[in-house]
Amino acid sequence: MKKNAMKSASLLLATATSLGLVLSGCGSNNAGNNGAASPSASAPASESASPSESASPSASAESIGAGKKIGMATDTGGVNDKSFNQQAWEALEKVAKDTGAEAKYLESKKDADYQPNLNQFVKDGYALTWGIGFLFDDAMKTVAEQNPDAQLALIDSTVDMPNVQSVLFKENEGSFLVGVVAGMMTETNNIGFVGGMELPVIKKFEAGFKAGVAAVNPDAVVNTNYVGDFSKPDLGKLAAATLYDGGADIVFHAAGGSGNGVFTEAKDRLSAGKKVWVIGVDKDQSLEFGSEVTLTSMMKKVDEAVYKVTSEALSGNFQGGTTTVLGLAEGGVGLPADNPNVPQEVLDKVEEYKQKIISGEIAVPTE
Amino acid sequence: MSDNRSFREWSRIFVASSLWVPIIAIVLGLVCGALVMWIGGYNAFEAYGALFDKVFGSKYDIGETVRTITPLLFTGLSVGFAFRAGLFNIGADGQFIMGMTGATLIGIKIDFLPWIVHAPLTLVGGMLIGGLWGALAGYLKSSRGVNEVISCIMLNWIALYLSNYLIRTLVLKPGTQRSELIRDSASMSIRWLSSFMENARMDWGIVVGLICTSLFYIVLWRTKQGYELRAVGFNPEAARFSGINVPKNMLKSMMIAGMFAGIGGVFEVLGVFHYQVISAASAGYGFDGIAVALLGGNHPVGILLSSILFGVLTYGSAGMNFSASVPTEIVRIVIGCIIFFVASQGLIQMLYKPFMARREAKRKEAA
Amino acid sequence: MGQAVPVVELKGITKRFPGIVANDSISLDLRQGEIHALLGENGAGKSTLMSILFGLYQPDEGEIRINGNKETIDGPGKAIKLGIGMVHQHFKLVQNFTVAENIVLGIEPRRGMAIDYRRANDRVRQLSEQYGLKVDPEVKIEEITVGMQQRVEILKTLYRGAEILIFDEPTAVLTVQEIQELIRILRSLAAEGKSIILITHKLKEIMEVSDRVTVIRRGKVVDTLATAETNESELAEKMVGRRVSFEMETQRCEPGGVLVRIDKLTCQGAGKGKNILEEISMHIRAGEIYGLAGVDGNGQKELVEAIAGLRPIHSGSVRLGDSDLTQAGVRERMAAGMAQIPEDRQKHGLVLDFAVSENMVLTAYADDRFGKRGFLNDKEIRRHAVRLAHEFDVRSAGIQVPMRSLSGGNQQKAIIARELTREPRLLIAVQPTRGLDIGAIEFVHERLMQAKNEGKAILLVSYELDELYKLSDRIAVINEGRIMGELEREDVSDEKLGLMMAGHRINGTNKAEVRHERQPEF
Repeated sequence: MKKNAMKSASLLLATATSLGLVLSGCGSNNAGNNGAASPSASAPASESASPSESASPSASAESIGAGKKIGMATDTGGVNDKSFNQQAWEALEKVAKDTGAEAKYLESKKDADYQPNLNQFVKDGYALTWGIGFLFDDAMKTVAEQNPDAQLALIDSTVDMPNVQSVLFKENEGSFLVGVVAGMMTETNNIGFVGGMELPVIKKFEAGFKAGVAAVNPDAVVNTNYVGDFSKPDLGKLAAATLYDGGADIVFHAAGGSGNGVFTEAKDRLSAGKKVWVIGVDKDQSLEFGSEVTLTSMMKKVDEAVYKVTSEALSGNFQGGTTTVLGLAEGGVGLPADNPNVPQEVLDKVEEYKQKIISGEIAVPTE
Repeated sequence: MSDNRSFREWSRIFVASSLWVPIIAIVLGLVCGALVMWIGGYNAFEAYGALFDKVFGSKYDIGETVRTITPLLFTGLSVGFAFRAGLFNIGADGQFIMGMTGATLIGIKIDFLPWIVHAPLTLVGGMLIGGLWGALAGYLKSSRGVNEVISCIMLNWIALYLSNYLIRTLVLKPGTQRSELIRDSASMSIRWLSSFMENARMDWGIVVGLICTSLFYIVLWRTKQGYELRAVGFNPEAARFSGINVPKNMLKSMMIAGMFAGIGGVFEVLGVFHYQVISAASAGYGFDGIAVALLGGNHPVGILLSSILFGVLTYGSAGMNFSASVPTEIVRIVIGCIIFFVASQGLIQMLYKPFMARREAKRKEAA
Repeated sequence: MGQAVPVVELKGITKRFPGIVANDSISLDLRQGEIHALLGENGAGKSTLMSILFGLYQPDEGEIRINGNKETIDGPGKAIKLGIGMVHQHFKLVQNFTVAENIVLGIEPRRGMAIDYRRANDRVRQLSEQYGLKVDPEVKIEEITVGMQQRVEILKTLYRGAEILIFDEPTAVLTVQEIQELIRILRSLAAEGKSIILITHKLKEIMEVSDRVTVIRRGKVVDTLATAETNESELAEKMVGRRVSFEMETQRCEPGGVLVRIDKLTCQGAGKGKNILEEISMHIRAGEIYGLAGVDGNGQKELVEAIAGLRPIHSGSVRLGDSDLTQAGVRERMAAGMAQIPEDRQKHGLVLDFAVSENMVLTAYADDRFGKRGFLNDKEIRRHAVRLAHEFDVRSAGIQVPMRSLSGGNQQKAIIARELTREPRLLIAVQPTRGLDIGAIEFVHERLMQAKNEGKAILLVSYELDELYKLSDRIAVINEGRIMGELEREDVSDEKLGLMMAGHRINGTNKAEVRHERQPEF
């Protein structure tokens, strides 16, 4: 979701223009040569997800992908966004390794690139083509209409076409659980939420989180602060500072790259002697930002979904026209396996609510 | 005889200023890109081959390349026109966005007109709003002496957020981050051509762009208004002494520049997307336009050629990534280098002057 | 001649640039203690020759001997080492440094790590006294006059031990008084044993100060003469290559009635303080050249701008014929018959990047004859330019080349051609011959006289008294934004003008005004 901020930043003079281009050229993609992962590539898949177990590669799985190609078009955030583009790509690399298929990605630099990028894969006869993110909505629909034989898949949005498989997540359910953690562990009864942009998908995070807090601690207030951008860590830091200054001791962010600023603010406060917590998003962010500020994370297992749908498609089970919704029951969202900062009684409570949600006893709101 | 003379004059107008500089800059830029690729362990020949394959490989790609060129042509004309009157229109980006917004609003809100009226009306509407945005910076410059670079940068941000606000409040498609689709009666897409070009997004933009290119020439070199603008651009003091109203001409030039950029935005909506997204950052066509104008020497033919070059490089970069696994950033490096070499003309002249002098001497000896 | 070895000896110096031979086998010798003038028109090759001597260029052929020794001067550093100093036309001084700081720049006397300013000041003061330069080492450059700055440049060369001084057009930027002062300094330098090369195209100065003259034309030495044995017209003839007339035959056709009335014109300056122009009145008759004398910077520029409509008028009026133009814009005044030859031709008079033909219509392009309905009639513009270039002898490689490629004289001719063919009723000419060589000056003067004889009113603003004497019917003097007085041609004398330029009103003033008020008017 990270937007291409580098480019808009520094184009004052002609020389500055060229400099800016060179900088953005050099700076943004050091893993560009991973554009194609052959089966032999030693691709490290994400730690938490264990797709290899679920798909338990049998002798046949080794060869189902042979000679087949899978493509993925990123949104403008690029493949190294530390968010879902990266997760999805890591999953595809793993698929490639496990099945012998060939995987490739194309980065979209502008909105206008979505359609040609999808078309590139489709016209090259790829077995499955991914569009990562709700921004692909319209492009996916057009390409699907124009190429009825192509097999396409989409994350975070639904396209109602017989040759598109859509994957959605119940972010509200996972957020409910981290809301439970926050509600039980807050000492000030003041909790913060930093959102990227006021999109329906981010609203789902917020709604679930608030419901979770309210379920265990009705006295606690949740203040929200929307940054308006997914790639401005400085604004994320500012938003977090406002919340912490207002008395919050725990802040949950669903702000992509802007969320990095939330961690920075928390670390600054920690080194100034004030203990505050951040709840991460998408991945187990304690791995990146350290467990001294990361309370826990709301994981959205894009990698698992991508792995699963891709493997199925390779073995001939592409479910075009369907929408896969991954919630707690399906293991698509949830807390990391390892939560060193959360006491056992809180984890017990989390488990309790998890079961209630799965059983349908609690229906988590989406907005 | 007269043919010979008219050719000389024709070529003098835009070639004499040195055709060599851009050509050598392009070659050097490509060489620099090759060098970087070589350092990174890629095969430059293969990469550039893939780039051109991508652009000319299929009808679809040719069509999409034209689609990539169109906005660059418009913003290039915009920046170039203002340059001719001595102003640095760094605000083409904002004017482009306002053109998009105007087209979106008029294209959606008016629903009772036939195509023959609605589409041109939307075009003119978007153009005027873009022109207004340029005129704003022009007004601040001419009546208040505000440096146009500064006001343009400010207006770029205002345009972005104003546009987001207008779309969100007036024409938002519920549950998404984009506007409704524009009415079919406002569409500028050319369906039959699109289906001929294998579903590439073809629209009237390039045709209008070529018309604007000739208008650029006619206005500046064939009218008294253009004479005034150029006089102001080259020497505002001498223009003042000869009774030309310098502030008024600055205002006019910014308005016309804004109109060019505005039309570019119009076709992005009416031709390419048919809707406008709420976006945290602009697509940066305005900034690309600075590079296009610079390389094109602010002459319409030069701008046309350089927009084609940049369009080809930009669209082809995806192919380079796809077929030769070279990161697309390399192309940004190439473009950056070209601009750098154009901007540092002295460097290039140093390279070719002795060569030219030798040739001159030889010719004399021969004569 | 059996004298001592010349300090500088140039033998057969040839320097070629692409397309031209700037110096064609030039030989020249400079004797100890001599002032040797190097005379030639713009582009004759004087500056190239001196750049070779100062090490900025290398000659293609020929040799340089300094004090009898053959030397290769490969850069200014070497030249300075050999005792050669150059005073450039455009000074190379740091504006916010003091005089002494500028002089010692690069070779500062040191005490430990620090610069020894006291020693620098003392040394500069001592040099200044030795040659009678009267320079205060401790003031900043930005606070002193142009003439003073030039002396700082002279001191710079002396401080570096120069024995041979090259002056490149030193009088171009100076006022009359400053020129006299410079001539005195040159003499005292020569008397102290310094050898001087003076590059110039002004004959009067040469006659006054030099011992010998070398005339260069088109890269070749025409002649070297002892100044005492020649005269101005001989030199001029050698320089230009043909006879030159000095005295304008003053066909004094009687001026007509008053055409231009400027009454009590007052303009405010940038600050609130005093007015930059204070109640200026002048009446100019048809067929009259009205000269305006004064030291540069006393309001001439502002007055011209106010008359031309480029500067707001606070009070008073400007009238041309029957029309009151006090509030009119530039274009309106042009339409009423005003034309201007601006002082800075490149900045105000021309668009250097425009073609010659485009410049020829800069003040007339809006006319219907150059295009209708907003379009330009290219053919007519070109025809016009060809005609003007022919009539006024504007030499260029064609009317489509940029104005930038023309020489200064031809650029000025182009402006004069453009403005005079507009058939103005009032022509304002400001320093119309600045920086031009003799041939071009002659041409400009002739054209001005011709315009006068055709019945145009001309306001001639000049800092060169000779020019005013030669052309004007009446001369007024401006000082600090006020008119100090107005003299008929017969009454003019150096002394009177000098007094007025220094700020004294003289008695004749009122009488002149009264008399002219009595003139019959039409």
